[in-house]
Amino acid sequence: MTTAQERSVPKPVFTDAEAGAKEFPDSTVRRYNYYIPQKRKQTHYEDVTVEVQPDPRHYLSQGWLYGFSDGRGGYPLDWTALKAWGSDRPEPERFPGSGGKGYDWPAHGWHEFRDPNEEWELTLYRYNSNVVRQLNQNIAAARQAKAFEQWNPNWVRFVESHVGAWMHVDHGLGLYLFANANRRAPTNMHNNAISVNSMHRIRAAQDLALYNLTLSEEIAGFDGAVHVETWNGDPAWQGVRKTAEALTAIDDWCEAIFAANVVFEPLVGELFRSNLVQQASPGNGDWVTPTIIGAEEYDYAERDLRYTKAMFDLLTNDREFADHNKAIMQQWLSTWVPRCIAAARTLQPLWSQPDSKPPRFEDGLDRAKSRFSGILSELGLQTPKELAQ
Amino acid sequence: MSRQSVAKAHQKIQELAWEPLYHEPVKHYGTDYTFSKAQKKDPLKQVLRSYFPMQEEKDHRVYGASDGAIRGNMFRQVQERWMEWQKLFLSIIPLPEISAARAMPLLFRTVPNPELHNGQAIQMIDEVRHSTIQQNLKRLYMNNYIDPAGFNSSLRNFQNDYCGTIGRQFAEGFITGDAITAASIYLTIVAETAFTNTLFVAMPAEAAANGDYLLPTVFHSVQSDESRHISNGYATLLMALADEGNHQLLERDLRYAWWNNHRVVDAAIGTFIEYGTKDRRKDRESYAEMWRRWIYDDYYRSYLVPLEKYGLVIPHDLIEEAWNQIWNKGYVHEVAQFFATGWLANYWRIDPMTDKDFEWFEYKYPGWYDRYGKWWENYNRLSMPNGHHPIVLEDVDYVYPHRCWTCMVPCLVREDMVMAEVNGQWRTYCHEECRWTDTTAFRPTYQGRETPNMGQLIGKREWETLYHGWNWADVVSDMGYVRDDGKTLVAQPHLNLDPKKMWTLDHLRRCPPLQSPNVLLNKMTPQERDAFHANYIRGGPAGRSAPADA
Ligand SMILES: [Fe+2]
Ligand SMILES: [Fe+2]
Repeated sequence: MTTAQERSVPKPVFTDAEAGAKEFPDSTVRRYNYYIPQKRKQTHYEDVTVEVQPDPRHYLSQGWLYGFSDGRGGYPLDWTALKAWGSDRPEPERFPGSGGKGYDWPAHGWHEFRDPNEEWELTLYRYNSNVVRQLNQNIAAARQAKAFEQWNPNWVRFVESHVGAWMHVDHGLGLYLFANANRRAPTNMHNNAISVNSMHRIRAAQDLALYNLTLSEEIAGFDGAVHVETWNGDPAWQGVRKTAEALTAIDDWCEAIFAANVVFEPLVGELFRSNLVQQASPGNGDWVTPTIIGAEEYDYAERDLRYTKAMFDLLTNDREFADHNKAIMQQWLSTWVPRCIAAARTLQPLWSQPDSKPPRFEDGLDRAKSRFSGILSELGLQTPKELAQ
Repeated sequence: MSRQSVAKAHQKIQELAWEPLYHEPVKHYGTDYTFSKAQKKDPLKQVLRSYFPMQEEKDHRVYGASDGAIRGNMFRQVQERWMEWQKLFLSIIPLPEISAARAMPLLFRTVPNPELHNGQAIQMIDEVRHSTIQQNLKRLYMNNYIDPAGFNSSLRNFQNDYCGTIGRQFAEGFITGDAITAASIYLTIVAETAFTNTLFVAMPAEAAANGDYLLPTVFHSVQSDESRHISNGYATLLMALADEGNHQLLERDLRYAWWNNHRVVDAAIGTFIEYGTKDRRKDRESYAEMWRRWIYDDYYRSYLVPLEKYGLVIPHDLIEEAWNQIWNKGYVHEVAQFFATGWLANYWRIDPMTDKDFEWFEYKYPGWYDRYGKWWENYNRLSMPNGHHPIVLEDVDYVYPHRCWTCMVPCLVREDMVMAEVNGQWRTYCHEECRWTDTTAFRPTYQGRETPNMGQLIGKREWETLYHGWNWADVVSDMGYVRDDGKTLVAQPHLNLDPKKMWTLDHLRRCPPLQSPNVLLNKMTPQERDAFHANYIRGGPAGRSAPADA
């Protein structure tokens, strides 16, 4: 015989604690009031991003609590040589009876940056899921259509070695330049945009690796390991590799993003992807590789370059430090343009490898250079003389 | 993807890692730990091709539930007592989350195993997810809960309030100092592995009992990422253990991280769960019972103890001492009482306890009423403005405590308070272990060994210093905790929203000025200081003054 024991569960209670149930001071103040939106209205993106990373110059009254061994904590503004208005003002001093107020929000120009892509978790997962789903479908469709059977042997060699080698650039920069930089910038808006950029690159690296895996399964004689040897030893790739490694060695976080997204990507990344792989594939019977490479091209051209331009545009137009910033960026151009041009030129032998040739290397490089000059002029920067190299 | 192909895919992406030939990546962060290079396995086995759609699917569930909650008028059933504490919790937690993202690169160059870096990058973006999804939940509360005050000013409040400052350790500790101490031991081995269960599982369960099922929806989704992070930490810990030279540092860091997490997380979450709930069923678990299960059994007995055989020196004494603080010394009750004492410096409303609450406390914590009952009766009596001051300035036999320089929670268990003179300043600490953290652990040498990468405790760590000598009305205005009529306070010591029953700046204007205990301490002569200390440690429990000498 069993008796039903009453289960112990919390009882619902009608509390009428919903918005509008009563009128009292603040009862209708339903927006985050600690920051000024970029446009008239606060956006969803701003609400979930702005001010999460604090700043002793405005609200953080007790200052940073934990420091490195040199006693500096938080996100020092001098982790880059660039400056935004207000950067040179000292942090507010605190002492017995000082009060806790800092400068009026935002206190300095770094806080004015907004990611034009408005990336937060909802958008970043949606975007990247769409990409990986689309790529999976493209590859599945290609398999069913026996698309890889049309490839000539030289093209198979080209894809296994050279398209394969590019995954290492994505992986290295994704981790050691972009993910690394997500600890360095003074606002949450910068660091979140940078971390999303990092995931694009790491995803692109994995997209290429998994595509390479599929090709090993689909194409008899496709060598799925040769991309590593190419990256490690093929002389045509050592210029790119040297430059990519030099990029990860940059100390200044703005210089790192600038050198990667303003200089390296147009002059080397797009040269390789848009002006070589995308141009050569159709003539060699390959309509699948361009869809993989195209996804990464879109990441860069439509998302990562977009936030990068917004970020540096603010600095080249800064009301206090525009000239200072432009002078430093010009120096960075003088350093990075010759390195990237040298890397691009070292890649030149790749242009003659496919049976069906892409447009001439010099024409491709000219296109990359003019695209690059266009980006510079949008940022109000001068094309450096080293571009002629 | 099938299981088989996930394994293959994961195997394939191992080919991505490469060693530099021409330039080493920049080394921004240092550690005193040493690691020898060894072939390691990526503990996560996560490929982005399946990761992104998996997370998107989790998002669908979370946002679907959010829509449902609003359409179903969830806020007609949420307890205000509970929601008010979320103004504190949700002001704090997005920063620790995003700081965990920022912490990942600290490990890139210090742990020389590229196989681990893929997992760390995924953790980075998981943490961006956690931070923004929590900001979004708070936004939803602001828009739909009866009283938006405190939610609407959330991040400013968090940055200038002493409670925010306490919580901020649980963020800044991840991203500064010795890279391994911060991003591995403090963040993954202790904060994530031990304490996220109370944060993200126990607390949301209590939310549900108070009519809020969105907190569990969001936080269980967050917690489902946590096992990955725990694997990251475990892999790094095993590598650190492989080098005997690290054992001394591991012992130091585990002691510091454990004790600081206990001081900070148990203070906050303990208070939310015990004093923020209306669920007083006798068979619902108390915080102490939950702690015993999640922290003592699951973390200590099942996770830490088995690591002893690899040479990890486990702080058994501090685990027992944390339990002693919670069970015998009323740590959570002392903290909740302090929050309520200082309600006027906060940005949420604190509901008085009723007879029903008293009964539950007495049942779960025998002897509770004798210690705390009288004070809460006074809190209730003084909750509506009626010609008297806020409770902190009335005579209810409560001595305003000194702050712990290390954990910044006040020295509430009076008998444990210790002092030290550091850099020419007298400091108080809530416990010997917090003094050790400041005077011994966070130093450039440790037990005779050079530790040049160890971090420092910095900042104006006593909040009251900033307002020493200020009128309370000016303090609250300076912090910005005033509603849109320009005078009613955001904080209230009750839940009544009738404007006539609410405290305003005018009430505070009449109060005596705020005094900084630390400023006063440093003005004392050595004799006065000794007498002060002797008297302080005879005080309590419940903040009572020391008994007059017989
Ligand atoms: Fe997290
Ligand atoms: Fe402490």
